[in-house]
This record gives sequence, structure tokens and C-alpha cells, in this order.
Amino acid sequence: MNPPDLDFLCALVRARSGLMLTGERGFFVETRLAPLARREGLASVSEVIDRVMQEPSGALARAVVEAMTVQETAFFRDRQAFGALSAIVLPALAADRPEGLRIWSAGCGQGQEAYSLAMLVDEAEQPLPPVEILASDLSTTALEKAQAGVYTHFEVQRGLPIRRLLRHFEELEEAWRVSAALRQRVRWMRLNLIDPFQVDQGYDLIVCRNVVSAFAPDARTATLARLEKALAPGGRLMLGAGEPAPAGFEPAPGAPCVFVRESENVTVIAA
Amino acid sequence: MKTCLVVDDSRVVRKVARRILESLDFEIIEAVDGADALTVCRGAMPDAVLLDWHMPMMDGLEFLKRLRQEPGGDEPAVVFCSAENKAERIREALDAGANEYIMKPFDGEIVVAKFSEAGLL
Repeated sequence: MNPPDLDFLCALVRARSGLMLTGERGFFVETRLAPLARREGLASVSEVIDRVMQEPSGALARAVVEAMTVQETAFFRDRQAFGALSAIVLPALAADRPEGLRIWSAGCGQGQEAYSLAMLVDEAEQPLPPVEILASDLSTTALEKAQAGVYTHFEVQRGLPIRRLLRHFEELEEAWRVSAALRQRVRWMRLNLIDPFQVDQGYDLIVCRNVVSAFAPDARTATLARLEKALAPGGRLMLGAGEPAPAGFEPAPGAPCVFVRESENVTVIAA
Repeated sequence: MKTCLVVDDSRVVRKVARRILESLDFEIIEAVDGADALTVCRGAMPDAVLLDWHMPMMDGLEFLKRLRQEPGGDEPAVVFCSAENKAERIREALDAGANEYIMKPFDGEIVVAKFSEAGLL
């Protein structure tokens, strides 16, 4: 792939999704766009890029951006962090909010994270108040898969203990589908985190993992600020393993990857 | 170093499993079927067993049931590893005392995840 094509593509992806491509960019672009070229009946990745250059606002450009943003993930990615969610974070939030809990999986990809949250809610030892789960992503392809809730043998074995598989999934011919009960717990929405987005405010737990750290700095700052606005007073923000506390937040005691507003940590400890 | 008994009638699967598990610092013992595996366990219980289902002589399920009745036989963590992917059969394996279950085909990442779930890593 020639450098001008690559630069054009990286600029497009950065402008549309906030994602900043680093490392082996040429290889990454090839592996992501080759399947798209096949699907679109185009001879090569170069031809895809040519078309996008001619029509940067078209459907193909959008498909290109989406293909670059979706990442492989797993159910219960970071077991400890999800363990602390169910042992510490959810019970504490539930005690604070008997009227109901609102959870948002921001950048949900193919849905593993949202369903992991739904499983924790379903398995809660102490009954929780009604829980609403919103899951959003930029990629419509990823959202379609997430909403269908059908995963291959390989996918269900990434992070999902066998007993949870049997409890929450039904077996299809060559795959597994999330149970209807679990699917009904999640509401899906297409949303680009770098747009000035419209979601209701007042989420008690926002889970946004391994998303903003791949963003360009300006997009990262702006997105984190908007997430902060959507977070209810006393709410928790969960990021990916190793992602630093955003400005104005500090680690929640006992829960890896979870943050609270600095000004609110006193009440958290008291609770 | 923890020991893992790899029970599979396929030499290829044993080889792949050995490579993955050795990279996770397990010492590997191999057995070609359930009867062979039971003999090994009666000598010394391994920390873990990676267990195929369909094998000649004694199959994995039968081995597991007998293992759990042996003195000290409740100690090894048993991870089934089988192309038997029906929910009903998987449930049967868990009821017989399996700790985790890998559906074939598998890769190193899946082994790591399942062995973590079984408390082995």
C-alpha cells in the first residue's frame, strides 16, 4: 500500500471515529479491508481506497471506518475486574438506587461486554433493583451480530466459563445463541462516541473499555468529558485494564479498572 | 511445577496440548485412553487432567467417574477437551465431576482461559 493512500485512510479513520492507527499500519489496514473488498466485489484494497477517495462521505467510506474500529474481544475480559463488579460495585450501586440501575456499555463491539454485564445482573446473589442496559457502538455490522447474540464455538470459549455457557446460551447447529431472557435485557444503539452524542444522562455505571486509549488525544479528552456528563452523581466509570484514571476521577476502592469522581470518593468509602 | 495428564488417543492432539501446556509451565504426562490414564493416576495424582471423551478401551466419561471414586481422586482439576459439543453431553460431563470443558477445535488462548477458570493458573 502506498504511503499517500495510507495517510489518507488514517486521517479519515481518525476524523470519523477518533481512532489513531499506530504500529504496523499497512498490515493492519490490509487485514481489515481485504474482507471488505471481497464483500463489495472489488479487486483489491487499493480499489476500495480509490472509491473512498472519490466519495469520502459515501456508504463505503463508512464501512471502511467501521471495519477499522472493531476489535476482537472476549466475554468477561479481565476476570478479576468483572468479579469485583459483581461482588462490590453492583451491590453498592443497588443499595444506593432502589428505584433502578442504568448501565451503559459504550463501544460494545460485538456485544460480549454487554452480555457479560447482563449475566452478572442475572446471577446477582442479592436481588437487584430493575436494571437497564444500553449498549452502543459505531459499527452497524458489529451491532447486528451483537443483537443476534449468535457466537461461534471459538467465540463462546473466549472468557466464558462452561457453566455460564450452559446457563445463558442455547445451542444451535454450529454455534450458540444468548438466551432470549438475556437478549431482552440489552438495548442496542448505533452511536459514534466522538460525535456530540445524545444519550440520556444519569447512567450509574458506564463501561467503556479499551476504546478511548486508542483515540487521538483530542478525541479522547472530548469523549471522556461527555461520558462524565452522562454519568449520574455517585456513578462509576469502568475502563480497560491499564487505562489511566481520567481527569477528575480516581480509582474506586477494591474494584480494578473502576473509577469514581474525586469529589465523591468519600461517600463511596463510607458506603 | 504442576503436572498435567493429557489423555487423548490422537497423537497430534497430545502433541499440540503438550506444547501449549508446557508453555504454561506444566509438566506433561501422556495417556492414550482412560484405562491408561487411570493407571497413571493410581501411581500419582496429577494436578490437572486434560481429557478427551471418545477413546478406545475406556472413554473419558467413564475414566472421570472412576477417578472421582479413587482415594485422592477428587483433587485433580479435570478439563474435558472434546468434539462432543452438545449441551446435554457437556452437562453430563460436569455432573460426573468435570471442572471445565473445552470444545474442539481449541487454541492456546482457550486453554489459558479454561485453566484459569479451573483455578490452575
